[in-house]
Amino acid sequence: MIPAGLLRTIPISLEQGLAYGLVALGIVITFRILAFPDLTVDGSFPLGAAVVSRLIIEGVSPIFAIIMAIICGFLAGCCTGILNTKLKINSLLAGILMMTMLYSVNLRIMGRSNIQLLTVNTLLTPLENLDINRFIPIITFFFITLFVVKFLTDMFFNTQIGFAMRATGDNEQMIRTLGVNTDHMTVLGIGISNAFVALSGALVAQDQGFSDVGMGIGMIVAGLASIIIGEALFGKKTVQRMTLAAIFGSIIYKLIISLGLRLGLAPTDLKMATAVMVILALGIPALKKEKEGKLHLRGV
Amino acid sequence: MIRLESVKKTFAKGTIDEKVAINGISLHVRKGDFVTVIGSNGAGKTTFLNLTSGTFIPDEGDIFIDGSKVTHLPEHRRAKYLGRIFQDPLMGTAASMTIEENLAMADLRGKRRGLRWGVTKSLREHYRHILSVLDLGLETRLKDTVSLLSGGQRQSLTLLMVTLTLPKLLLLDEHTAALDPKTAQRVIGLTKKIVEKNNLTTIMVTHNMQQAIKYGNRMIMLHEGKVQFDIQGEEKAALTVEEVVRRFGAELKDEALLV
Repeated sequence: MIPAGLLRTIPISLEQGLAYGLVALGIVITFRILAFPDLTVDGSFPLGAAVVSRLIIEGVSPIFAIIMAIICGFLAGCCTGILNTKLKINSLLAGILMMTMLYSVNLRIMGRSNIQLLTVNTLLTPLENLDINRFIPIITFFFITLFVVKFLTDMFFNTQIGFAMRATGDNEQMIRTLGVNTDHMTVLGIGISNAFVALSGALVAQDQGFSDVGMGIGMIVAGLASIIIGEALFGKKTVQRMTLAAIFGSIIYKLIISLGLRLGLAPTDLKMATAVMVILALGIPALKKEKEGKLHLRGV
Repeated sequence: MIRLESVKKTFAKGTIDEKVAINGISLHVRKGDFVTVIGSNGAGKTTFLNLTSGTFIPDEGDIFIDGSKVTHLPEHRRAKYLGRIFQDPLMGTAASMTIEENLAMADLRGKRRGLRWGVTKSLREHYRHILSVLDLGLETRLKDTVSLLSGGQRQSLTLLMVTLTLPKLLLLDEHTAALDPKTAQRVIGLTKKIVEKNNLTTIMVTHNMQQAIKYGNRMIMLHEGKVQFDIQGEEKAALTVEEVVRRFGAELKDEALLV
């Protein structure tokens, strides 16, 4: 028998795993497909939350607020790409610079360090007010959103431009000789990735009822952990597999975390635990001297 | 077809490592020419190709393709004129993508890419047909990722990809040097077949004197960034390794060239 306490963590983990699944999906595009280690994520996640919160409390419709959040995330990602491709700043540093700048931007947008949304109508309010267990409509909503984004992503990477973007991460020299401007592909890809991340931030803020300037800390590491877990289960042979792995990896990651918390892990130690998880996953193949266990990344 | 006018390229200019790679090359390659380029290590063979393809921009001089000046055109904007195959078989294909996806990317060389499907049913049939020309059994493996292929298979696929949409100029950068002799023979045979069938203007850099003599209608030797000699026509057809060594032995310091 599974203890009742454990059962109770399942819907919460599912809800959170799906809500944060878009972050993992975004990271798949940068780290996996473009082979670009993009650290903008820690800033673009709260950016999405900040934009949506500020606009909603200003009385803007939640749908429009979310669209604005997506656009802002896209632009933030493009900026990182431009820092790297046009100003030739190292990819990791470009992300760190952007993340740092976004901290100030997010404070400016919110006007303070956090905004609570419990007393205003968000996109999720009608779902919360249904006369059934709130988990059912909320989880359904996140599930549908996530899978729509996943299928659109899969479709995109099977188009002519999608091929060019995948080749940019795989063999930049080759696709350039075929006439593709790889700088444009890099900027566009990082933009799309951060648009997903900002959408995730916008939805999470509405789900938890507040946004906070610090809510993006450790987002990349958590996303990477999700991807690593997912890939261990689903593989990474095709784009479809990778995106599926990101989604289920995100859910399982949240399950592991809530399990850890139930077993007495202090919430303050969560980020340590997550980082150790990533170090082990990346480090063990190296210690075993397996080839290709490591991430292949450009510009590092 | 392609014309280089007193092109110069120096690396690390103004430092103690300064190296004059190309020291004033003027060359006119006519349409349909198959030019082989030889030269010892450091003679400037690869730099010569890199300047032609736009990987590097020359310090001085101009490059014209079909009369239009391309001197400062970046690599990706010259793509519609050029096809290039590198020495390393890994460089010509995207390993994590499938054979059909690689072919589809090559099919759009220099063209606008949109949001249409990358591979369609009719394209797949077309690729199956042209792959059967290679006679490597790849026509049944369209959905395999390229990483599963051997070096020779990858280089043959690259050759097919480059010539899928016929380039005005084909650049071969020691493209058989990294293969075992038998596979190299196969790939060079395939190269000859494709070049002759399509009457492609070709520049082939090679380290192998015999290859340089056997193939093509014109042979150029580079030495210290300059054209040392340029033999064509009947004179080229009658050329032998002994003849070259007798005439240019002094410059052929690189033993590997004589193999």
